[in-house]
Amino acid sequence: MKSTQCYHCGDSCDDDLIKFDEKIFCCNGCKTVYEIFSENDLTCYYNFQDNPGAIPSEIQGKYDFLDNEEIVQKLLEFSDGNTQIVTLYIPHIHCSSCIWVLENLHKLNSKISSSQVNFPKKTVRVTYNSTTTSLKEIVLLLSSIGYEPYISLEDYEAGKKVVDRSLTYKLGVAGFAFGNVMFLSFPEYFEVSEFWLEQYKNIFRWLMFFFSLPVVFYAGKDYFVSAYKGLRSKILNIDVPIALGISVLFIRSSIEIIFDLGTGFFDSLTGLVFFLLLGKFFQQKTYNFLSFERDYKSYFPIAVTKISSEGKEENIQIYDVDKGDRLLIRNQELIPVDGILINGNAEIDYSFVTGEANPIHKKSGDKLFAGGKQLSGVIEMEVLSSVSQSYLTQLWSNDVFQKDNKSHFKTITDNISKNFTIAVLLIAFFSTAYWLFFDASKALNVFTAVLIIACPCAIALAAPFTLGNMLRIFGKQKFYLKNATVIEQLAKIDTLIFDKTGTLTTNKESTINYEGVPLNQQEKSILKSTLRASNHPLSRTLYHTFNAVETVAIVQYNEVVGKGISANYEENTLKLGAASFVKNNNEKATLDTAVHISYNDEYKGKFIFKNAYRKGVKTLFSSLKKTYNLSVVSGDNEGEKKYLQENLPVETNLLFNQKPEDKLNVVAKLQRDNKKVAMIGDGLNDAGALAQSDVGIALSENINVFSPACDGILDAEKFNKIGTYIKASKKAIKIIKYAFLLSLCYNVIGLYFAVTGQLMPVVAAILMPLSSISIVVFTTVSTNFLGNKIK
Amino acid sequence: MSVIYLLLTLSILVAIVFFIAFIYSVKKGQYDDSYTPSVRMLFDDELVKVNQEKLTKD
Repeated sequence: MKSTQCYHCGDSCDDDLIKFDEKIFCCNGCKTVYEIFSENDLTCYYNFQDNPGAIPSEIQGKYDFLDNEEIVQKLLEFSDGNTQIVTLYIPHIHCSSCIWVLENLHKLNSKISSSQVNFPKKTVRVTYNSTTTSLKEIVLLLSSIGYEPYISLEDYEAGKKVVDRSLTYKLGVAGFAFGNVMFLSFPEYFEVSEFWLEQYKNIFRWLMFFFSLPVVFYAGKDYFVSAYKGLRSKILNIDVPIALGISVLFIRSSIEIIFDLGTGFFDSLTGLVFFLLLGKFFQQKTYNFLSFERDYKSYFPIAVTKISSEGKEENIQIYDVDKGDRLLIRNQELIPVDGILINGNAEIDYSFVTGEANPIHKKSGDKLFAGGKQLSGVIEMEVLSSVSQSYLTQLWSNDVFQKDNKSHFKTITDNISKNFTIAVLLIAFFSTAYWLFFDASKALNVFTAVLIIACPCAIALAAPFTLGNMLRIFGKQKFYLKNATVIEQLAKIDTLIFDKTGTLTTNKESTINYEGVPLNQQEKSILKSTLRASNHPLSRTLYHTFNAVETVAIVQYNEVVGKGISANYEENTLKLGAASFVKNNNEKATLDTAVHISYNDEYKGKFIFKNAYRKGVKTLFSSLKKTYNLSVVSGDNEGEKKYLQENLPVETNLLFNQKPEDKLNVVAKLQRDNKKVAMIGDGLNDAGALAQSDVGIALSENINVFSPACDGILDAEKFNKIGTYIKASKKAIKIIKYAFLLSLCYNVIGLYFAVTGQLMPVVAAILMPLSSISIVVFTTVSTNFLGNKIK
Repeated sequence: MSVIYLLLTLSILVAIVFFIAFIYSVKKGQYDDSYTPSVRMLFDDELVKVNQEKLTKD
């Protein structure tokens, strides 16, 4: 039923409905957004998509740092006297309604002259008049309609980004030249020996020559560079025979037309480069809205509020925070540095860091670590160490983040190209030697013909098309990989390491256990009624566990932020909350998140919250144990050890109390034993291990929010498919190998013509595209077939 | 002069004009986002329809 869904955001709203304009809203925030839209004639926002909106979040004071001119200047893309342009990343952009409303921003603020959405990147580019409005006003406007932009430290550091479009240009140049050269070669193909064609044949040939110049020297440039680099580091990569083929094609063709010996192979030359670039283009599947290179900078805010010694609040840039400074952290703000809590109720959510969803309560004097998010009210803290010196951020000074340890991976194409190149060169020399002996006039012709026909166009295309298509198939299955090489690395994996909290467990559901004196029916109903009135996340979760309980009208409801709630019903007093609040002195210190209950000052017991394990963890592990070494590495204490031992296969290696660096070292140790390790983690504390591993996969409940630097991002709902995906990668490698065989067949046929000295331009012009196209068809069809199987 | 020179020159000129148009469009960023324009082009029609509905209601 639609009726229980919020008209704006689509959340189910059973508890407190707000009716307005015959529509139902779940909260005042949603209603306000609707009001803004209806006042400005923008209600057709709701016509493109049902319930497209988001609840606007509390942003009181959050964007005050945008008053700081220096910070604003860093964020702007363009600025002159009156006009400023800024590109903002808005994670909520997800449907056509979003595009529509964001491109109609000028109806909400007339000083905005235009706004343009880039949907794949989830950005909006706003042009506005800076004399009458400011960046802050625009950000506040966006936030008020539920499109809060995400501004992080990364935006502050990144300069103007240059889009690399060179591949598109090269592809355009090659395609343009290929088409024209093909047309110009037609008369030669059919060997029309009419007089007038004979007369103009030189014109045609020279035109072809000029068309091929940009192809060789611009579009094909990368192959020469890569071959040179390969040779210098003594690797015969696939670009070596390609570069050889291109140069021989060009030189022989030029000589042929200069000395009027023949037409040359300009058609094959341009076609070859065009197809190769097409393969490159296809392999370059990028997920614009995802980033695989994140470090803590994309989590951290740009500025914080500092309380100066005179008690004044000012916004300062994060890098300017020094030891001893006093900072003000507002609700929903991130703690950027390590420090000590001075006052306020701290409920810190460390889910960015550890994946643990339930907030941790801190008392004044407790140590706060960078990376936590404050959830209730305003706190003050004193800084213990600057940003780069903090416990979490220190991890990034590890070598793993400095060097690119994955660039040395030898791809399957590189492996075959070495043998292939040697074989081709041998054939070329032997056949030349043979012809020198029998018919020396043909020797040079044969030598070049072999190098031309053996140019491994089809081989070079097999991997890009297979892997490129696999990337797309995985993407549709919500498994997003950084690039095609990751698939090859995934196929080699023999060891899997899982993080526990947030990876094996989900922070979406928690299991709640009650320990203590059982509650009777009346106590339960008072408890439920009390919980109903509270907005604390734990209360909300607990509330939903009492389904079949009546609610009663409570009086004297009193919520002490960060501590607990007390409420009265008839003659009874109920208290629930933190252990200290409920006055339970005999409580032993535990690390579990718990809500304690007392009834008429008599301690009853506690509800313990635990993150629930994902569905299918057990089946996944038992299916993986045959093929892979499995480990679970957790930053938590050993509390769950027993449960894991009972539920996971006995071979699974369990490690607890692992610091971020320890996790990295566990991976590094396995790698020293020649294991190929895949790390599956989620929080920033896994970042080191993810970077060190051969394949680091970040699991994410919502791919729009942030995940640490990794090779792949997996949507959490597909968690139990990991095994299937690795298997599919292995099959993809098999497809590439079959494609190699197929293209070798073409090479053998071509070599027959070349070695016997009968290679006509028309044969090359047919064979080259034919082999390329059949490889493309073969790999695409078979990967699609594979893709259908893994669904 | 044979007509073929004229024809060749013309055809290549036309080809080059299109080629320049391609380069220009890439440079302008038309190929950076191939999705949003496909949605955007449908908006105007929808807007008119909604306004008319509103008018008939009033």
